[in-house]
Amino acid sequence: MSGYLIRRLVTMPFLILGIITITFFLSRVTKGDPLTAIISEQQMSNPEVVAAAKQRWGLDLSLPEQYLVYTGKLLTGDLGTSFTTKRPVLQDLLERLPATLELVIAAMIIGTVLGIALGVLAAYYRNGWLDHGSRLFALVGSSLPVFWSGLGLLFIFSVQLGWLPGPGRLDARLQPPPMITGMITLDTLLAGDLAAFVDALHHLILPAFVLGWTVTGTISRLVRANMLEVLNQEYVLTARAKGAGELRVLLHHALRNTLVPTLTVIGHSFAYLITGAVLTETIFAWPGMGSYAVEAARALDYPAIIGVTVVGGVTFLVTNLLTDIAYMLANPRIRLS
Amino acid sequence: MLKHQDKSLLSVRNLTVGFQVGGVTLDAVRGIDLDVARGEVVGVVGESGSGKSVAMLACLGLVPRTARVAGSVRFQDKELVGMPQSEMRKLRGSRIGMIFQDPLSSLNPVLTIGSQIVEAIRLHQPGISRKQAYDRAVELLDLVSIPQPDRRVSQYPHEFSGGMRQRAMIAMAVANGPDLLIADEPTTALDVTVQAQVLEVLKSLRDRLGLGIVLITHDLGVVAGNVDRVAVIYSGRVVEAAEVGALFRDPRHPYTRGLLSSIPKLDEKRERLFSIEGTPPPLGRRPTGCAFHPRCIYAREVCLKEEPALRLAGASLSACHFADSLEQMPVHQAAAGPETTEVHQ
Repeated sequence: MSGYLIRRLVTMPFLILGIITITFFLSRVTKGDPLTAIISEQQMSNPEVVAAAKQRWGLDLSLPEQYLVYTGKLLTGDLGTSFTTKRPVLQDLLERLPATLELVIAAMIIGTVLGIALGVLAAYYRNGWLDHGSRLFALVGSSLPVFWSGLGLLFIFSVQLGWLPGPGRLDARLQPPPMITGMITLDTLLAGDLAAFVDALHHLILPAFVLGWTVTGTISRLVRANMLEVLNQEYVLTARAKGAGELRVLLHHALRNTLVPTLTVIGHSFAYLITGAVLTETIFAWPGMGSYAVEAARALDYPAIIGVTVVGGVTFLVTNLLTDIAYMLANPRIRLS
Repeated sequence: MLKHQDKSLLSVRNLTVGFQVGGVTLDAVRGIDLDVARGEVVGVVGESGSGKSVAMLACLGLVPRTARVAGSVRFQDKELVGMPQSEMRKLRGSRIGMIFQDPLSSLNPVLTIGSQIVEAIRLHQPGISRKQAYDRAVELLDLVSIPQPDRRVSQYPHEFSGGMRQRAMIAMAVANGPDLLIADEPTTALDVTVQAQVLEVLKSLRDRLGLGIVLITHDLGVVAGNVDRVAVIYSGRVVEAAEVGALFRDPRHPYTRGLLSSIPKLDEKRERLFSIEGTPPPLGRRPTGCAFHPRCIYAREVCLKEEPALRLAGASLSACHFADSLEQMPVHQAAAGPETTEVHQ
């Protein structure tokens, strides 16, 4: 098992280099001129300014040269400077990533807990109203576009009922906490500012639910199907014959066996949401990775595009690795060597 | 053989189990009587689908919620039919243990053998610490002759062989010192040599703990030499019940005779094994009269009309119209005694 993990860790840098190379050349062959993001429109007709800008941002070099310069800098941890924000990409990412992580982690907690609970109940009360209800809930969650469900829920809970705040991460009247982790809920707690923490949590509920709802369906259907299979297994009968109560049979004996295939889906959903939460971030004015990626792509901001891709790629690889580890821990029959 | 007997431990009377299928109730078990005394091993024999397993599961309330269970099951003066699940749970795994056919699928693959035994102990004795229960699990594995129990206890089911898994299941079933053990085809999925070991373990537990055991099997070979009394079940009813010696010496039901004739014997040269013609009737299409008549070579007019009651014939209780005259009728082959049938399969 440890040999397998070491091999995975060793191959990881090469995979990331591969991702960077592909993204680098793909973004360069895209039609469009990144200079429009760097200099104003009037100056685009001034050849001197254009040439100076090209030189300043390294765009006068040939493509292979640009690639070598970029990867060379990358080895020192320099992801380049964004054309649009004119700041180091690394710094941009370090600000954006925690916001997204906060949102996605909360969304995955909601999605996973809800998905597993609904899946277990649906399997136990198969063909009952709970089963049909959870199927409908899951279907709506995975088929409604986020911009629709997000706006709809904002309208109901924020505008009409006034139970939850509108878009944003923190009330404008509150003092943002000093940045430690970049996740506002954590930072407010670390700063001991309980009022700000409660407010940040309130801001987090709606976007996290909207995002979590999209994965609830996948997880609950998977858990239900696996659970139905597991509940027919003889060891469930054994557990009942031992005198175990229904709750114990469901959670201790059946769910554990169901979780193994579910872990994969949870891992993939998490990795996908890190860069795939654009719409949710846009609607809830959440300054995360998704919106950064869209701005970067729109402006052909090469360093930012690659930066986002690297973060996405690394998240995917790390999540896959963690999923594999969890898989082995949950299933003693798997012994990879 | 019957020296351990004192008073009745389990007393089943007129047990009926029905399942709702498309608006009709189909009875899988139709009025079974069965008695088990402390220290006694009772064999319940029948083909797949005869209702033998369903009957025993129903005794423990382990049939689906939709099943309809009627009749009476008395266990140590408690009525089990209609007992609330919460009460029943206290008996299951503590006073009554149960083991199943396939020891691989009856153990939870993601939990260690030890933790599954510890669970069985602590479910019924919550006062016992995890450490104490764990030590007890090691003792139990030793009791069922598992070598190196202190190492084996922390292994997973897939690291055990088939025979060891079944012994671990037995250890788990007797963890709380039950009075009754129901073994549902405990040897069917095992090799013949391993079968003998598992049966040995069961018998030694009976002797040491004074357990009453119900041994459900489709194999009369397993019954011979391992049980005290036998109930033969066909199509949801007991068709013959007798002490094991009497059953093998003088079977009083054509079905029992057929089963005995189909046991291959080492001291005989035969081209083909004997088999009873036909198959057991499906639930919804049970024949009129005696359920066995379509497959019975002795069947007469009366067998098509009247279902025979269980009554005394010779040393057996038999549900055959011709139980008394069966011995004069032509036989495919003389039924053999238990001495010869112990060499089986």
